[in-house]
Amino acid sequence: MYQYFLNRRDLYIKILLGASGFICSLCVILIFLFLLKESFLVITGQELSLFFQKSWFPLEGQFNLIPILIASVLLTFGSIFLALPLGLLTAILERFFLKGLFKIIFRRIIEIYTGIPSVIFGFWGLMKLVPFINDFHPPGQSLLSGILILSLMIFPIISLNIMASVEMSPKHFYRVSESLGISRATYIWKILLPSLKGQIFSSSLLAIGRALGETMAVLMVCGNIVQVPGHLFDPVRSLTANIALEMSYATGEHRSALFLSGLVLFLLTLFLYMLSSFAEVERNE
Amino acid sequence: MKHYRIIVMLLFSIQSFSSDKIIITGSSTIAPMLSDIAKQYESSNADIRIDIQTGGSSRGITDARKELSQIGMVSRELKPTEEDLQKFTIAKDGIALIVNENNSVKAISFENIRNIFLGKIKNWKELGGHDQPIVIVNKAEGRSTLELFLKFFELKNSDIKADIIIGDNEQGIKTISKNKYAVGYVSVGTAEYNQSVGVPIKLLPMKGIKATVQNVANGSYPLSRELNLVTKMKPVGQIKLFIDYAQSEKVNELIRDHYFVPILFK
Repeated sequence: MYQYFLNRRDLYIKILLGASGFICSLCVILIFLFLLKESFLVITGQELSLFFQKSWFPLEGQFNLIPILIASVLLTFGSIFLALPLGLLTAILERFFLKGLFKIIFRRIIEIYTGIPSVIFGFWGLMKLVPFINDFHPPGQSLLSGILILSLMIFPIISLNIMASVEMSPKHFYRVSESLGISRATYIWKILLPSLKGQIFSSSLLAIGRALGETMAVLMVCGNIVQVPGHLFDPVRSLTANIALEMSYATGEHRSALFLSGLVLFLLTLFLYMLSSFAEVERNE
Repeated sequence: MKHYRIIVMLLFSIQSFSSDKIIITGSSTIAPMLSDIAKQYESSNADIRIDIQTGGSSRGITDARKELSQIGMVSRELKPTEEDLQKFTIAKDGIALIVNENNSVKAISFENIRNIFLGKIKNWKELGGHDQPIVIVNKAEGRSTLELFLKFFELKNSDIKADIIIGDNEQGIKTISKNKYAVGYVSVGTAEYNQSVGVPIKLLPMKGIKATVQNVANGSYPLSRELNLVTKMKPVGQIKLFIDYAQSEKVNELIRDHYFVPILFK
């Protein structure tokens, strides 16, 4: 009787797990199909000419997404370029060079970063960072300000991840290197960081995902001009900002082209995660 | 089973008895505001349903003429060929050219505004201001403010040499209040409100007329337009009640929420 009861409970749990897994997977597929369906109009209407048009003037029937795509990629990689060292350094600082109360306070500060809503970052960027950059090179709203704001938003993800993995890394490495008289710096750079390569990679990927999908802050500080930026002070428009800026007033092909931006963003994210899983497989072998 | 059938029949009968449905089509500028008005109207008149669809002012005219809709939305004045329709103005929309408070330029002529946005005038010096490059703030495509601005200045959006593109009015005001050498345009209502609460912006006059909500309401400010409802026949019954409601003082708050100017402005 007891056995029977337990089995039934197992069955329920199994059903519950299966159902939640099924729903989650189904949703992603449905979102993908939805984007495909909504962008169908512009894909069939414009075909390949879509990517050879002058620029993005939806009301004049021009839907070239390439400059927007390039801007999104530049923003993302620019910000990870700054956030990765910043994240690593802050994590090492917290783990090895701070003691007691300072350590706790510093950790909390980094954690607070991840909780600040993006619109606050955007607002601060618009009111303080943009006027500052404007003094050097107008208009201030630029690729640079986007990269700076984004790196500030994503470095805590890397930092907290590395802190956690340092905590979990085998302690005997540290003891052995101490007993061998190896300096702390040598231990960190030559032994610890190489052993954390995988974690650094995966946390960067998480951060890249966040940067790529960030909308509000980017919309506020980047200037939203559709162009391939010539230098860091040029304003740019990201895929996400494109959708947020124009969706509420778009109809017909214009609306469909905005869904195409969403689809491109979806595929870009998918591509990045596939790249990472290939890298992971290779590493495990 | 019997009960089921009765309930289902009841449901259907309620559906078919539920009275008038008003179909409204036309301008996408008016649609968001009118659907707010409709929601407020429906909440006090449970027996009516209002269905609002967009498709531009010309669709508003055609649909009203062919009686595909009961009311058309037209975000401009009626052309002489459209005088056969009944017109009801519900609000007005005006655009103000704004610069930072610290900008020494007091007024810019129509032709010079065009040249700024076309990138022919690049420095404030040419207009008697500081020796600083002009930062042009433009609106995102699809916004009604952009459409009105382009039409008034006879410009094409692809010809505008913008430095910054903004979404809503508030973002434009934040940008210009922080950038001493930017120029942009937002709806008059928003600009006047922000200036009155101390945001450092300056509203420039257009063709010599001051950009105020008052001047938009009385029609003297040139860069403005009417937001109209049109019907084929003289409206009666539910349709008349709704139009009267949309023109009444009860909707002034809603109109201001959408940065338009109520016609009953005092």
